[in-house]
Amino acid sequence: MNGVLPRNRDIGIGQLQDRAEWIRLETIRLVEIAGSGHYSSVFSCAEILSVLYYKAMRLNPAVPDWPDRDRLVLGKGHVAIGIYPCLADLGFFPSTWLDTYTRLGSPLGDHPDMKKVPGIDFSSGSIGHNLSVGVGMALAARARRSDARVWALLGDQELNEGQIWEAAMAAAHFGLDNLTAIVDANGWGLDGRVGEVMSIEPVAGKFAAFGWDTVDIDGHDVAAVVEACTRPAEPGRPRMILAHTLKGKGVSFMEQTPFWHLGYLGPLDRDAAISEIKQRMHA
Amino acid sequence: MNAPQDPKSWNIETSLPRLTAFTMGDELADMAAGRDDIVVLTADLMYSNGTKAFRDRHPQRFYNLGIAEQNMISVAAGMAASGLTPYVSTFASFASLLGAEQIRTDLAYPSMRVRILAHHAGIAMGFYGTSHHAVEDLAIMRAMAHMTVVSPCDGAAVRGILRATADVPGPVYIRLGRGVEPVVYDTVPAFEPGRFVTLRQGKDATLIATGLGVRASLEAARKLEDEGMSVEVLDAVYVKPIDADGVVASARRTGAIMTVEEHNPHGGLGGAVAEVLAESGVPARFRRHALPDDYALVAPPTHLYRHYGLTADGIAGRLRSMLQAGT
Repeated sequence: MNGVLPRNRDIGIGQLQDRAEWIRLETIRLVEIAGSGHYSSVFSCAEILSVLYYKAMRLNPAVPDWPDRDRLVLGKGHVAIGIYPCLADLGFFPSTWLDTYTRLGSPLGDHPDMKKVPGIDFSSGSIGHNLSVGVGMALAARARRSDARVWALLGDQELNEGQIWEAAMAAAHFGLDNLTAIVDANGWGLDGRVGEVMSIEPVAGKFAAFGWDTVDIDGHDVAAVVEACTRPAEPGRPRMILAHTLKGKGVSFMEQTPFWHLGYLGPLDRDAAISEIKQRMHA
Repeated sequence: MNAPQDPKSWNIETSLPRLTAFTMGDELADMAAGRDDIVVLTADLMYSNGTKAFRDRHPQRFYNLGIAEQNMISVAAGMAASGLTPYVSTFASFASLLGAEQIRTDLAYPSMRVRILAHHAGIAMGFYGTSHHAVEDLAIMRAMAHMTVVSPCDGAAVRGILRATADVPGPVYIRLGRGVEPVVYDTVPAFEPGRFVTLRQGKDATLIATGLGVRASLEAARKLEDEGMSVEVLDAVYVKPIDADGVVASARRTGAIMTVEEHNPHGGLGGAVAEVLAESGVPARFRRHALPDDYALVAPPTHLYRHYGLTADGIAGRLRSMLQAGT
């Protein structure tokens, strides 16, 4: 089909690293429009989003609801701010939409609305729902004999939600090897370290005990993310990629505290953050 | 020990044929024969709700999600987003209360084509108690944008409403009883979207009933006819959208309306009709006949219906006193 971006696209590691940095820069730009927003929980999964949108997922920007596209559902819906720039860049909607981010009537809110934003596969915002939605999509792909793959991006504190484990049980029960969950394990909830707020360890052990194939990676090592996201599925088993990440990754003062989950950067700090990110970019 | 010998014995499996009003398993199996998008989900209740009939005919399109209702609803959302039309089935109490947030956020907000078969609604679970009663569901579901809320009163009406709502673009909450509701419709009715069905015309008062209350209201109307009262009976099979024209027209005809429902007095059919009536400016006497604003007693369902007046006698008495009070 014309316009389909295939899986495992030909793109270099350096380019994917730059895309991740660009996602951070765009996040800073859009928060500036909104006056507040999620920084550090986007920064922790910037490399993951870069690899999914520019390398791993089969997409069709001209036909956003193409039945055989790969899908991404968000447990952590607040990372939409990092996804909108990718969707606009890939041609799902005009990049001018980004300039309206969160303004009255904009299709683009903090949490994504599938009915308003081409390329958003499911609305999100209520933590814990969307792994179940992903199970439904994976079952539907099987029922429709489509080889579409389903990705679910989850937060680590999100794993406290009981529905996650209902979904984990169902995914294994139905043998959904077309479903991959990525846990962005940045180590923090809003109120402190995950282990202090409500422990979830052992994450990989729990998913493995439920019957999932599990992979442990450094979520900022682009080559490792690429390898994990392009590795063939274990037949009959859903996969959980446990991506160890750093909340606020890429801006040094944000890496020091969890409180940049939500906030606003005044011009001085914004410029410092931008400058730090740009220094790492190749092009 | 061999199979039980006493004909009075029954169990979950052998009682299935008694659930004559749970026609959805068969009806959906018929519908699914002609279209490949229909799937049925349940939460370990295929015997209790008769969806086993669908499982037997379309095993590949039947999904048992186990006792995990929230997951079931969100899974259905994902299926609907991928082009399927899922029918999820569980007790109304669990669907509407445990699953309320999944229904609001994952089905109603994005307008997913998911149908919720919410059975054993009201106090149909009798002495199983409040955890298994659903007397708030109409209020909850009615408050959700994009939601259609229907409440068929017998087995033929269940078939009729499944046909009538087959192509509704958003979610549909289908409120069902306990599967043994007596017959109101001799043949499968062709429901018009958002319209009451006039089961009986009258001049002195109107009973607008839904679900279990429909048959009892018809019987009440016959009793009152013997006393010289002419009572109109409307089947509010659609609770949302409510038939506003039907409410107003009937209020003009009879000048007295009583709603009948197996629900808390707040926010259900009575609330919906009251809203229409109050805003219409048409002067009419009005009463809600519902369950009290309390948690129901424990008893077999039929005893509870008698106790709470959801019977022909109870309804007739209530309407009689309303008309005699003259207010």
